[in-house]
Amino acid sequence: MASAHSIPSIEERFEFTSGAKRNLIIGGAVGVALIALGAYLAANGGGHEAAHGAEHAASAIATPTPENASKVRAVAEASHHVKGLGARIWANLWVNAVYFTGISVIGMFFISYNYLAQAGWSAVFKRVPEALPAFLPVTGIIMLITFLVGGHDLFHWTDSSLYEVGGAHYDPIIAGKQGYLNTPFFVGRLIFYFVMWYGMWRVIRKYSLQEDEIGGTEFYDKSIRLGTAFLVVFGVTSSTSAWDFVMSIDTHWFSTMFGWYTLASWHVAGLAVITLTVVMLRERGYLRAVNSSHLRDLGKFVFAFSIFWTYVWFAQFLLIYYANMPEETIYFIERFRGFDGFYKAPFFITLVLNFFLPFLMLMTRDAKFTHSILKVACWCVIIGHYMDFYTNVMPGSMGSGGGFGPLEWGFFVVFLCAFGYSIASQLEKANLIPRHHPMLEESLHHDIA
Amino acid sequence: MAELTGKYLVGVYDDDDTVLHAVPRLRKAGVKIKEVYSPFPIHGLDEALGHPRTRIGIAAFMFGVTGCCVALTLMIWTMGIDWPMIIGGKDHISLPNYIPITFELTVLFTAFGMVITFFISNGLSPAAHNHKRFDVRSTDNKFVMAIDMGRNSLSEEEISRALRDSGAEEVNIKQF
Repeated sequence: MASAHSIPSIEERFEFTSGAKRNLIIGGAVGVALIALGAYLAANGGGHEAAHGAEHAASAIATPTPENASKVRAVAEASHHVKGLGARIWANLWVNAVYFTGISVIGMFFISYNYLAQAGWSAVFKRVPEALPAFLPVTGIIMLITFLVGGHDLFHWTDSSLYEVGGAHYDPIIAGKQGYLNTPFFVGRLIFYFVMWYGMWRVIRKYSLQEDEIGGTEFYDKSIRLGTAFLVVFGVTSSTSAWDFVMSIDTHWFSTMFGWYTLASWHVAGLAVITLTVVMLRERGYLRAVNSSHLRDLGKFVFAFSIFWTYVWFAQFLLIYYANMPEETIYFIERFRGFDGFYKAPFFITLVLNFFLPFLMLMTRDAKFTHSILKVACWCVIIGHYMDFYTNVMPGSMGSGGGFGPLEWGFFVVFLCAFGYSIASQLEKANLIPRHHPMLEESLHHDIA
Repeated sequence: MAELTGKYLVGVYDDDDTVLHAVPRLRKAGVKIKEVYSPFPIHGLDEALGHPRTRIGIAAFMFGVTGCCVALTLMIWTMGIDWPMIIGGKDHISLPNYIPITFELTVLFTAFGMVITFFISNGLSPAAHNHKRFDVRSTDNKFVMAIDMGRNSLSEEEISRALRDSGAEEVNIKQF
């Protein structure tokens, strides 16, 4: 229809003000201070219930009968020794790096499927998802260093004694996975993921910026092909990276839903970041061309994919719960009541933040374009999915040495501020609205009534 | 919708864009429009007509809550209280097992409830016959605008002229 809305100017430059920079740097400093405080507390007080963990390990070693061998191994795997502060720092780096890698790559995922679908509505705020993957090199390098230096604290399968046939620690199950889970292949895959994701984003970003200068449909057609290729790559690498980065921490355990599960988690968190960034830009006077229909569609995206994440979460849980096989249920037992029930609270808070709150908040029509509700719902999802990765990584890597205090929040805040800084610097580099995008006209008139 | 009585002026349009632009124009001229009938939904027409927003979303939520409660009550009563059975070694009342059915019944009640509510509120029940139609071509290729003469203070000629000026290709009189 010929829209009744008046269309604001599409020429606008985002300015990353010194005030915003200062706020982000102060935020990062607060995060560092929290880390220091957390490290100080941990160094003086130990992990939570350190004594209990030791007792756990001792009882496991004391009763190595063949009947409960698998149970002993599972317990021993989870807490064969109580891990200290160093491991906790590596684990925190890993959780955050994996989480922010996911959010970053979802930016590329979002523009790719919008290109493939030849979607028109999203063109006006396309610069926002386009800005996310610039953070990938940072998280990639952190992950590489964390794996190479601290990987032994996180990944049980890096212990070479597991593979010595006849050795005291020989584990036939893990040895059977050696073809996939070995350090050179793992590092190779890790580098491959980041090179592919970041490299393809660089190219699609280049097309987008050239399109801004030159115009025409040539870059649009090229972007469709590249986006489609990325979806093929990401279709495989999203699953394999989920196995590598997260599932291999619980080395014995496996779930065929896990790739989906992690993708769902990354996706909804990425959508929440995109929505939140659009809302924050609008509040600062930018992106006036984004109307309530765009916001409603973004709100629907967050709403729908919160439900999708819950669906996958529950599908994984229900099958394991129903089949009740010890090698599978150990995963949930560790989280429900393992380690003195330490991970039970984060586990259930995750469900509240990622499902119940966004579901109820974003259910009505008007909520989906109300800035304040969108902001609260997006923050719920962003924090909730951080805790989702926390509950996925920590029990298997830290066990009873884990904690959830200033150290954890400090790392999260530091990553969040760095990510915000990265997004804002990218947004500054180009016109906020892709002025020659062939679908821009459609997007400006987007109206879902 | 139910009782249509009295005299109506019926404008017949050939194009959805024309009728969409005619609506604000006529309303500005002081014509009170009863309804516009179209073979397909037209974006922005509801807003242009100034219709109050549908409350079917509220009904949907109520139906959903009803379905959710019915499912849980049914399963907890039958499986846990009236005839307790152990299935798969789980508790008699084990909520995780109930979630898929709870979800299904919530969706079922919501979907059926909404459709039935929609049919009833629009007088579309299977038992309803002799629908009063302004112009049957609104189900084919024409866009039909109905104006209730009993609710308009402007004269028939004035409205008729306004309709033609706004792009109506025919203006008919319909008496129920």
